[in-house]
Formats: sequence, C-alpha cells, structure tokens
Amino acid sequence: MAERSEEVKLLGMWASPFSRRVEIALTLKGLPYEFSEQDIANKSPLLLQSNPVHKMIPVLLHNGKPISESLVILEYIDDTWQHNQILPQDPYDKAIARFWARFVDEQIYVTAMKVVGKVGEERDAAVEATRDLLKLMEKELVGKDFLGGESLGFVDIVATLVAFWLMRTEEVVGVKVVPVEMFPEIHRWVKNLLDVDVIKKCIPPEGEHLNYIRARMDSLKLKSV
Amino acid sequence: MAKEVILLDFWPSMFGMRTRIALREKGVDFEYRDEDLRDKSPLLLQMNPVHKKIPVLIHNGKPVCESAIQVQYIDEVWSHKNPILPSDPYQKAQARFWVDYIDKKMYEAQRKVYASKGEEQETGKKEFIEILKTLESELGDKPYFGGDDFGYVDIGLIGFYTWFPGYEKFGNISIEAECPKLIAWAKRCMQRESVAKSLPDSEKVTEFMAMLRKKFGVE
Repeated sequence: MAERSEEVKLLGMWASPFSRRVEIALTLKGLPYEFSEQDIANKSPLLLQSNPVHKMIPVLLHNGKPISESLVILEYIDDTWQHNQILPQDPYDKAIARFWARFVDEQIYVTAMKVVGKVGEERDAAVEATRDLLKLMEKELVGKDFLGGESLGFVDIVATLVAFWLMRTEEVVGVKVVPVEMFPEIHRWVKNLLDVDVIKKCIPPEGEHLNYIRARMDSLKLKSV
Repeated sequence: MAKEVILLDFWPSMFGMRTRIALREKGVDFEYRDEDLRDKSPLLLQMNPVHKKIPVLIHNGKPVCESAIQVQYIDEVWSHKNPILPSDPYQKAQARFWVDYIDKKMYEAQRKVYASKGEEQETGKKEFIEILKTLESELGDKPYFGGDDFGYVDIGLIGFYTWFPGYEKFGNISIEAECPKLIAWAKRCMQRESVAKSLPDSEKVTEFMAMLRKKFGVE
C-alpha cells in the first residue's frame, strides 16, 4: 500500500446501490475513506464541480481528483490498489465480468425500475421481463458460490443491486419478483453474500432501508393495492 | 491463422467499427463476417444469446460481446504494440468515463436526428449538438482525446463520423459549423490506416440511413 498520504473521499448517498458498491470495494481493499452524504434534491457545489457532465453520485475523489460512474470507479479502485483483486486477471474472464456487470446495470436495473415505477398491467409486464433477465443470472450461479466463482468478485459487488435493492423492494411493492421456487440459486447466493463481513457492513440497514423505499413509494403513490 | 479471430459485424455499425479499428491497430489477422440483421446467423445467435447483437468478437471459439468490452479485451490480449488505453489508472478511468458517456448518450440522440420528425427531431438535434459540444470541449486543443496518441476514446467516437453527412442531410444541421475542432479531429483520425480501412464510405452510410428513414416511416 502507498505510504504517501492518500485522500479518498466518496460523494455518495446511503440508499443508493451505486454508491454502496463503491463502499464495498473500498472496504474490501481496506482503504480508509471519508464518506460525504449528498442531498440529490439540492446538489452541493462540490458534487456539481466534481461531476459536471452527469451531476450524479457516486463520485470518488482521490487526492482531490474526481472519478465518476460506479463501474468506472470500481475499475479505478482495482487498478490503483492492486491487492485483493476485484476483477479477474485473465482478459477473457475480465471481459465476461464486464459483460455481466453491464447486464445488471443496463438490463436488470432498467427493467426492475419499471416494477417499482408502474402499476397494473405495465407492472406485471415489468415483473415478467425482470424474471426473464434474472433467469440468465440464475444460470450463471449454478455450481458457484458467487458470480465471481469461489469468492466475491466484481459482478457480485455490482449485483448487490439485485440482492439488496430489487429483492427488498418486493416487500414494499407487495410483489414477489424473485420467488425462491423460481430462483433457488439466487436465494442461495444472497445467503452467501450475507455471510461475508464486508457485505454485512456495507449494505444499508434493512429496517431503515425498507422505510426509505416505503416513503419513496408513498410519495409516488405506487404501492400495489 | 485468421480463423483464430472472427468478427461478426454489420458494415455501417459505428460500434463494429470500434472493434475493427482496435484489431487493425494491433495488427491482428481476423475474419470479418457481415451479418444480415433481418436473418441472423446461427453462429451469431449462439455466440451472443443474451443480446443477439453485433459486433461479436470470437477469439479461439470464445465470444466477447459489447464493443467497448471488445476493445479493452483486444488491448489486454495483444498488449505488445499500439496501446489503446493509457497505463495510468486515472487517465484510464477518464478514458472509460468518456466511452461510457458516448455509449449512454450518442446512440439515442443521433437516432432522433435522422430517424424522427417534428418535435422529436428538433429535441434530438439540440441534444445531439450539445453532446458533440461536450465531447469537443473535452478534446480541447489536444490532437486526440487521450493527448498526443490515438486511443480508446478516439476509437469509441470515430465510427459516428461516417454518419455525420447523413445527420447533416436529414437533420438539416451543420456539424462543422457547430463543432469545427471535432471535425478537424475526425479528419486527423481518418489519416490513420486502421481507421481508414475500418470505416465504410460515408455515401453508402447515408444511403443506408435513407433506407432506414423509409423503414421508420419518416421519409
């Protein structure tokens, strides 16, 4: 580890899966960091200055230099602090990991958002579509403890979005999007994740998190009747 | 030797162009196969079952999907010459950020410029020019996005250049007037053999766009 004083600051949001995944990576690497909770409704000058293009969290500031976009940040962390590697070393395995990470963010996340954001028939269609995507993730987990293989890796960190956001939303929305009968591997994988100290430490506390999701849904008046 | 690397692609794809350029930058021998997207080959469906999209890079029988991922893969496997990504982690992160930006923003916006009409097209045109200006501002006075050397972001963006005349014709805009530095950059990239060999004729692309317009019912 570097001996010079490293300043690592994360502009994030406690309930955001994209922010939390960065915290998981930093914690896995044993890196001390300053967390700065951002108010998305009232963006700070530092956030706007650090990510002028997207104006979104998370933003990692390393010795004052900003890096934006959670997947870019995760790779930066792995490139800079090379112990406890998050991505596989082999270029092919790395390409596959990058593919699945994008799949989670660009396919699963986008479709799952419609489960939360729509009602009635549109919601049902979104549930169907999300399940179709999750079936691919289910297949990937057969014979593996984690998506990364024997131990937690890049895709697992990214897919905590499924384990601790999508699956928690089920309670609030009142729809079992990921039933255990249909997705036994995913459920087994979530249990494996919860056995990992870093994960336990870095995910939002369940009670508070559910309250937060409930409050957001109430304000959108979109709970299932 | 060529069988070792196969690229399933579609000639006007600005994404496929990225992979073609990267392979040529590295001097990798490859077999190029043009797909009929209305009648996808069994190989394409087998190699990219999740998205069923081109480009697909097949290396020794194993598929790599998504153009940005392919370019990084190529850089990592054939690391002996013409590095595509910078070696410094911070510069690397910046390069990844900008290709991600292009991926997230360019495709939707450019589609509206030539394949929509009325209000949607006007909004699309504004967004598109704004995106180009943001990119131009990032380029600044540098010869390439990464600085002195042609690299990842240049590869990420240059394919769209072959579509520019079409955007101008069907969107009634002048990209050169709005973003002269970006046009200068594009012409500079076109001087590179890997780029010149990998990009189709703009005229053919414009014809293709005209055909798409009819298909989308805007012509």
